[in-house]
Amino acid sequence: MDIDTIAAISTPMGEGAIGIVRVSGDDALKVADRLYKGKKPLSEADSHTINYGHIVDPKTGEITEEVMVSVLKAPRTYTKENMVEINCHGGLISVNRVLQLALNEGARLAEPGEFTKRAFMNGRIDLSQAEGVMDLIRAKTDRAMNVAMNQVEGKLSQRLQKLRQALLETVAHVEVNIDYPEYDAEEMTLEILQEKGTFVMKEIDKLLQTAQQGKILREGLSTVIIGRPNVGKSSLLNSLVHENKAIVTDIPGTTRDVIEEYVNVRGVPLRLLDTAGIRDTEDVVEKLGVERSRKVIKDAELVLLVLNYNESLTDSDKELFQLSEGHDTIIIVNKTDLEDRIDINSVKELAGNRPVVTTSLLKDEGVDELEEAIKDLFFQGDLETGDMSYVSNSRHIALLNQAKKAVRDALEAVESGMPVDMVQIDITRAWELLGEVIGDSVHESLIDQLFSQFCLGK
Amino acid sequence: MNYHGGEFDVIVIGAGHAGVEAGLAAARMGADTLMLTLNLDAVAYMPCNPSVGGPAKGIVVRELDALGGEMARNIDKTHIQMRMLNTGKGPAVRALRAQADKFAYQHEMKQTIEDTENLLLRQGMVEKLIVEEDQIRGVITQTGAEYHAKAVVVTTGTYLRGKVILGDLAYESGPNNMQPSINLSYHLQELGFEMVRFKTGTPPRVNGQTIDYDQTEIQPGDDVPRAFSYETTKYITDQLPCWLTYTNAETHELINNNLSRSPMYSGMIEGTGPRYCPSIEDKIVRFNDKPRHQIFLEPEGRHTKEVYVQGLSTSLPEDVQHNILKTVPGLQNVRMMRPGYAIEYDAIVPTQLWPSLETKKINGLFTAGQINGTSGYEEAAGQGLMAGINAALKVQGKEPLILDRSDAYIGVLIDDLVTKGTNEPYRLLTSRAEYRLLLRHDNADLRLTEIGHEIGLISKDRYARFLQKREAIATEISRLEKTMIKVSDEAQQVMEKAGAALLKEAYHADVLLKRPELTYKDVAQLAPPEKPLDEDVAEQVEIQTKYKGYISKQLEQVAKLKKMENKKLPEDLDYMAIKGIAMEARQKLAEVRPLSMAQASRVSGVNPADISVLLVYMEQGKLQKVDQEA
Repeated sequence: MDIDTIAAISTPMGEGAIGIVRVSGDDALKVADRLYKGKKPLSEADSHTINYGHIVDPKTGEITEEVMVSVLKAPRTYTKENMVEINCHGGLISVNRVLQLALNEGARLAEPGEFTKRAFMNGRIDLSQAEGVMDLIRAKTDRAMNVAMNQVEGKLSQRLQKLRQALLETVAHVEVNIDYPEYDAEEMTLEILQEKGTFVMKEIDKLLQTAQQGKILREGLSTVIIGRPNVGKSSLLNSLVHENKAIVTDIPGTTRDVIEEYVNVRGVPLRLLDTAGIRDTEDVVEKLGVERSRKVIKDAELVLLVLNYNESLTDSDKELFQLSEGHDTIIIVNKTDLEDRIDINSVKELAGNRPVVTTSLLKDEGVDELEEAIKDLFFQGDLETGDMSYVSNSRHIALLNQAKKAVRDALEAVESGMPVDMVQIDITRAWELLGEVIGDSVHESLIDQLFSQFCLGK
Repeated sequence: MNYHGGEFDVIVIGAGHAGVEAGLAAARMGADTLMLTLNLDAVAYMPCNPSVGGPAKGIVVRELDALGGEMARNIDKTHIQMRMLNTGKGPAVRALRAQADKFAYQHEMKQTIEDTENLLLRQGMVEKLIVEEDQIRGVITQTGAEYHAKAVVVTTGTYLRGKVILGDLAYESGPNNMQPSINLSYHLQELGFEMVRFKTGTPPRVNGQTIDYDQTEIQPGDDVPRAFSYETTKYITDQLPCWLTYTNAETHELINNNLSRSPMYSGMIEGTGPRYCPSIEDKIVRFNDKPRHQIFLEPEGRHTKEVYVQGLSTSLPEDVQHNILKTVPGLQNVRMMRPGYAIEYDAIVPTQLWPSLETKKINGLFTAGQINGTSGYEEAAGQGLMAGINAALKVQGKEPLILDRSDAYIGVLIDDLVTKGTNEPYRLLTSRAEYRLLLRHDNADLRLTEIGHEIGLISKDRYARFLQKREAIATEISRLEKTMIKVSDEAQQVMEKAGAALLKEAYHADVLLKRPELTYKDVAQLAPPEKPLDEDVAEQVEIQTKYKGYISKQLEQVAKLKKMENKKLPEDLDYMAIKGIAMEARQKLAEVRPLSMAQASRVSGVNPADISVLLVYMEQGKLQKVDQEA
């Protein structure tokens, strides 16, 4: 338990200009070196130095982050173990990606309070603090448990449960062949195992994809700002970005020539699409603006539709209302600092039950209300859970990746002609790993399955 | 009137499969031992199936043998057939099973006991324990004998407040109409032990002369000689077959129509039965879509015509049993000799035991076998051996012997019992062992002979032979790792013959051996050792080389576990005072009182956060001590 290397995000989620992923343990430097590319490997760096470099996905060779890495060698560190602190751009996506890579490369996600626990266990913290450590572990765990419970009811968990059940039945079938070799159950052959394994692998892949697409909150809600030229789209963007310290990132792997920006609006991570377009096209003719909107709106989960308080509604405005139909939309009536020329009743009529916010971005008025509206739309005011479920998601992804590897090992074993009970070792491992995602890995359930699925006995 | 019966080091109550191992082990370790049984004719009696071994259980028998137990040697001398099971699967799950001549088994065992130094076998029913200030002092029998001892091992099987149930008939009895042990059960409760009521059952026995074997399938023993014990050199070649037949729709209908007369469903049985040993009525109710169930016909011995009808365990009334038998192909004209029945009995809640099988409540008192909530001769024998060893060690003033989960199935069994308890009669399954690949049939000696020798149950000769074998395995494995096999006509022929891909370049011999199609023999043919290896050495070389990847993976896991096993917890830790641990976990820990962090983490209801808090708490305690000393 104490010999493995742990990792976690050590800065608060989603806020702050930088985020830190902290790794501690005997292998901390080794793990970090697998994903770090700099002038020289971190293991060769002097202790207590900070090193500039890049985080590279070892699988694809792709550079994902520009980082500063602190190398702290045992014993003069917080935990008295080897430690690495990877400073990356703040915001959810970058820190999380780095953490995931570290988890993929051999670190284990730290338990709540585990860095402090290790510091204590290794004699770094004195007696008076021990009590506090225990409270901390308990408190954090309870909170994590709450989140876990929420997710147990979630769709991801349901799918996982199903997948686990399929694995469990397979495992039980192999077990019955082993423990009751004379029982007249169909022999679980390598072919059946291969078929099941391939199926499970595909399912895990699908799960990993949904996780990676960020349907929940992982990658942020894809958000577009639409509106006719000169209504204040650019100001809105600047206001959101300025207020929330966005990071401008090129998203690797996408072929689209768009720049996306991430902002965290009161706990809701937004991925602002086509920000370059907004900045470039502010002056172009109206028609092009509508067309551009039509294009970008396809990928949007949240639409911010900007209208001009100072002008009456045009056909283009109405067209944009139509376009945003079927998306979560917030209507922003901007430029309240100017004369009232819009028919606000028609706007509300067109908006239906979609929220309408009036702003003067010039005077910085109404921004709070807008942010509140965004938050309400997606969280019903519950910020904590959003952040926490995000954290455990990265744990889930790591576990899913490990489960996938276990299934792959099993399939390879089938290929190389290993006997069924060897293949079984990795299948069982996959089942246990999936169980860890939903906090249920009790071995006893296999025995229960055995006796409920088969009629055994003398 | 009580009288003084004598002074002993160890007293064993009961001479079933747990009792005989306990008594023999204690006596062989030099303890002056008394073994009391309520019927001298029931020593090592098999009240249920006449067989020893099978998956997991067979490995226990091998482990027993490596530690110096008796069961393996005894069955090797008295079986009617032996089979290696799961030969089509990997080495981890292979298991030996023997059909016993149950009468010969008893006689052989009784003789061994009688021939053992320091061991007195005597008939007598123990009614009370002599306990002074939580320390065991001896036992008192029904006839008034007071025997004194430093340690007592209780192995009462299903005799404690035993009750036989057959249809609407129920009476106090041990198995097969033996005398039950009533007062001892109440006495244990008076001493403060928490008891549970379990149930098990047995099928009818029929006269083999009235079976039409032509309607059944023959199940012969293996034609290669097999043995459980590493010491056995003489093999029984004259084997008897078993026979397989099936129930059918008619059987099931008959049972369904008589369910109202089944004590299982009328509420007469209160004890919890094992899921893995259901009665036929249970099978038909719970799996009503299964069109047929297997029935194995197993001879009970060489000098009897009685045949055990495996698969037909039942407590239905006797008349229904007659009729059920007659629906089964081959049994249409069968004559039943004894009816099946259910038996209820008292067991103690096993979480009241330390992993040494000593009770937490009374110093020097050990329990083993079915009284601890298990089922099966092998499970009983494994515990009996450990209880006997630990009773003797206690008398010698030595630390107890505790096997880890990664050492032996016996370790898994005892750890499960004392850490998790059980709510049904507990049976070992290979799936209960997380390090199955390490706990193999073939390597029981490599795992445990060292320990058996250390405690004095393995002879010098045998130990010397063991060391030679271990050396030979290591030498050959390292030789293979250093030997290159070049591309040659002979090599390609061997590949072709084995169905393996032809060699494109030279390979190390061990790498070639990892190919699934190739055996050690193939490789040895191309790279022969100086002198040919013994078969069991060759087998080890092959297994250890072929599955090296998997084995090292499990060894890594074990290394992690050992770290936690080595973090010891004091027996008297006040868990209720540790605020950071969840209340449920605190209660559980206080009940089980685990001896190590690893054991604590296996207690049900204890989660990783609780363990973290416990780790911190323990460190804190150490610091406090330092503070006080300073």
